[in-house]
Amino acid sequence: MNSNIALGFVIVGVVFDLLGCLGLIRLPDIYNRLQAATKSVTLGTCAILFGVALEFGIFSSGGIKALICILFVIITSPTAAHALSKGSHMSGFKLWEGSKVDKLEKDKKK
Amino acid sequence: MFTFFFVLMIIASFMCLYRVMVGPTPPDRMVAIDILGILVVGMCALYAAYTKKGFYLYIAISWAILSFVGTLALVKFLEGRGFDE
Repeated sequence: MNSNIALGFVIVGVVFDLLGCLGLIRLPDIYNRLQAATKSVTLGTCAILFGVALEFGIFSSGGIKALICILFVIITSPTAAHALSKGSHMSGFKLWEGSKVDKLEKDKKK
Repeated sequence: MFTFFFVLMIIASFMCLYRVMVGPTPPDRMVAIDILGILVVGMCALYAAYTKKGFYLYIAISWAILSFVGTLALVKFLEGRGFDE
């Protein structure tokens, strides 16, 4: 029973990873790619790690290690994405021409 | 079952490598490298569950931290700043 729940989490995680990388290929510019890839790949990897923690048993040594790894991924990955998007906007990479709202550009002009 | 998971993760990794090769601007390549690091964390976790050995999760933890530090260093290079600012 517990193993089936773990298998379900792992399947959800792998599907999210695959769809995030598909978004990395298909979308038009850097900001869209970043928004598609980072969120869904972070969620997918956290789901895989939680499934692995359930498979080892949550309070065994492997489960604790997987939970610590979830903590690191969920802290570091959005921080890296934020730094990357702000850095690429600051160094002057343009948005896609279909994008409508650019509030950081307005804030820079003030 | 695990073979199927590994095949799907390797397909996702090759999508990232495609973006590293043909990405028109430098930040595209940086995003792809960042995502590839997180995918490697997931693959280490899957391999730990496949072999029932817990120490592959140590590799996953250290890979998550090192991928984060590497991405921040690339962003500082992108903004044109030095490493000690």
